[in-house]
Amino acid sequence: MADAAVARTEARPMPGEPSAWQQLKVNRNWLGFWFMVPAMAFLVLFLVYPLGKGLWMSFTDARIGREGRFVGLENFEWLSDDSDFIRALIFTIVFTFVASAVKFAIGLYLALLLNNNLPFKAFVRSVVLIPFIVPTVLSAVAFWWIFDTQFSVITWGLVKMGLIDRGSPINWMGDPFMAQCVVIFANIWRGIPFIAITLLAGLQTVSPSLYEAATLDGATRWQNFRYVTYPLLTPIIAVVMTFSVLFTFTDFQLIWAMTRGGPVNATHLMATLSYQRGILGGNLGEGAAIAISMVPFLLAAIMFSWFGLQRRKWQQGESND
Amino acid sequence: MASVDIRDVRKSFGSTAIIHGVSVPIADGEFVVLVGPSGCGKSTLLRMIAGLENITGGEIAIGDRVVNNVPPKERDIAMVFQNYALYPHMTVADNMGFSLKLRKAPQSEIDAKVKRAAEILNLGALLDRFPRQLSGGQRQRVAMGRAIVRDPQVFLFDEPLSNLDAKLRVAMRTEIKELHQRLKTTTVYVTHDQIEAMTMADKIVVMHDGIVEQMGAPLDLYDNPVNLFVAGFIGSPAMNFLRGKIDGQFFVLEGGARLPLGTPPSASAGQPAIYGIRPEHFLIDNEAGAEAEVVVVEPTGSEIQVVARLDGQEVIAVFRERHDFKPGDKIRLGTDRRVTHLFDAQSGKTLARQ
Repeated sequence: MADAAVARTEARPMPGEPSAWQQLKVNRNWLGFWFMVPAMAFLVLFLVYPLGKGLWMSFTDARIGREGRFVGLENFEWLSDDSDFIRALIFTIVFTFVASAVKFAIGLYLALLLNNNLPFKAFVRSVVLIPFIVPTVLSAVAFWWIFDTQFSVITWGLVKMGLIDRGSPINWMGDPFMAQCVVIFANIWRGIPFIAITLLAGLQTVSPSLYEAATLDGATRWQNFRYVTYPLLTPIIAVVMTFSVLFTFTDFQLIWAMTRGGPVNATHLMATLSYQRGILGGNLGEGAAIAISMVPFLLAAIMFSWFGLQRRKWQQGESND
Repeated sequence: MASVDIRDVRKSFGSTAIIHGVSVPIADGEFVVLVGPSGCGKSTLLRMIAGLENITGGEIAIGDRVVNNVPPKERDIAMVFQNYALYPHMTVADNMGFSLKLRKAPQSEIDAKVKRAAEILNLGALLDRFPRQLSGGQRQRVAMGRAIVRDPQVFLFDEPLSNLDAKLRVAMRTEIKELHQRLKTTTVYVTHDQIEAMTMADKIVVMHDGIVEQMGAPLDLYDNPVNLFVAGFIGSPAMNFLRGKIDGQFFVLEGGARLPLGTPPSASAGQPAIYGIRPEHFLIDNEAGAEAEVVVVEPTGSEIQVVARLDGQEVIAVFRERHDFKPGDKIRLGTDRRVTHLFDAQSGKTLARQ
């Protein structure tokens, strides 16, 4: 009996040195891991799996109703010769670049404006949010009408002002270049509120006494912006522009509702082209390959902001001296 | 350096009047402290001198120039803010040199001036740090450095010490005073802390509800307050106020206890009045003193504070010598008759003496 008791005590690990299994149950870090498992499972199921599946499909010749065969990089080789794809790729980049730049400029301007003491401040701020809360498809339909060749309010206005002739209206949605401008315009219109409101939130964290100090130091309004507002806003600009670029690059709804990529594929973004080829055309493998081609660009945007977002030295505390 | 002249200045926000006609002459090189409770308008007055608030009425002149319509940056003043308002994205050196940079001064001049200010304030080792990497006291000094670098006509301080802990506050108080003695720049300093006012000022301006209650040298205000408000505001622990009546050489409390008056007041005998006596002017007088019951004894080391009930009213007495009192003890309190104060019961004004 006594021996058995001793043996049992020996088998048990010393207090303070729990067994590996024990550690999995009580160690802080492991415990944290366990609590993260459900969320991770969720992410794996709904993010990693579809991404992996998409990646796999891009290497196959899957069609709707037919399990694909592995074809290596064949899809991508085809795409590199496909003028529609190249066109969509270039337009996606131009679309993202132009729309993001204009959204940033106007959004920042609006944020600065709204940060002042305007009459009816709360009302004006909520008005700015309107483009953001209107469902995308609804606003796309509205733009569709606004830019209709025959019956559009713009054409009507231009005719009334005598700038164009009633007989030869501008073919907004029919002309490839015009259509590209129109969808960029619509994307800008929808995207501004997000940037303006986020930057406004950033502006409101800047202590007013900094502006007072700068004013006493002799700063003009422009110098106040240049030396106080802008540097203090850079971290939030980096965040908001990353999101803006990602959203713009992957835009689908607006294009699909307004032009479906037309006329003559001029307004296809990679997302819409992927949908058209993969789902409507049934070439799942090719569609997946187009979608996967977006990943390097998105990764580049994320990396860019990752490094841009690294905490600047002035944001660091004493310990990181 | 320059004098500052505040003439009948008024301020309203909409229909709410905050400052009702304040006149304060400030001589060249003087250290003036505006002191008063929260909401008395002292900070607003300072911000009007700085040009951060519009002046509703009256005039403010810096030197010979009326500055009512002069923008802040042309007033040649520097201000130290309560929260320091250091630019978080600039190093200490850049913070201090920012005003010179805006004036497009050559870099060599900026460096020289920043270096000089850093030497004055012992900031030499911190010039490359960012504000986040500094302690409260160091930030405070950088804020002052930013003001010094500009070599302005007037320094304005807006409660600069209220974010510091008690010990540091005492040290910085001395530092600011030393700095003023060295630079001799006209200074306007706002605080709600009467100790800061007493210790630092050449001239104290006591404000209350948008008017000046009294202004003068610290000890003058301490010894000769013109009314109950100033008497109660200046000094810590505060002056004791006792209700009662004048009776010739004595002041008779409501319960009948008699306290000596110095020079009798010119007011008639029997007039209701308020008797003011500072805690340190009580003394133990076992023959003629009025009986009081000890409520609480608070030794601070250098002195003892005794809260006692005198004729039904609580008073605080401070003794330098050590007494072994216990709560409930009966003591006999006398007063130093040379330093008693008398106030009119209605108006609160100090009663004239014969």
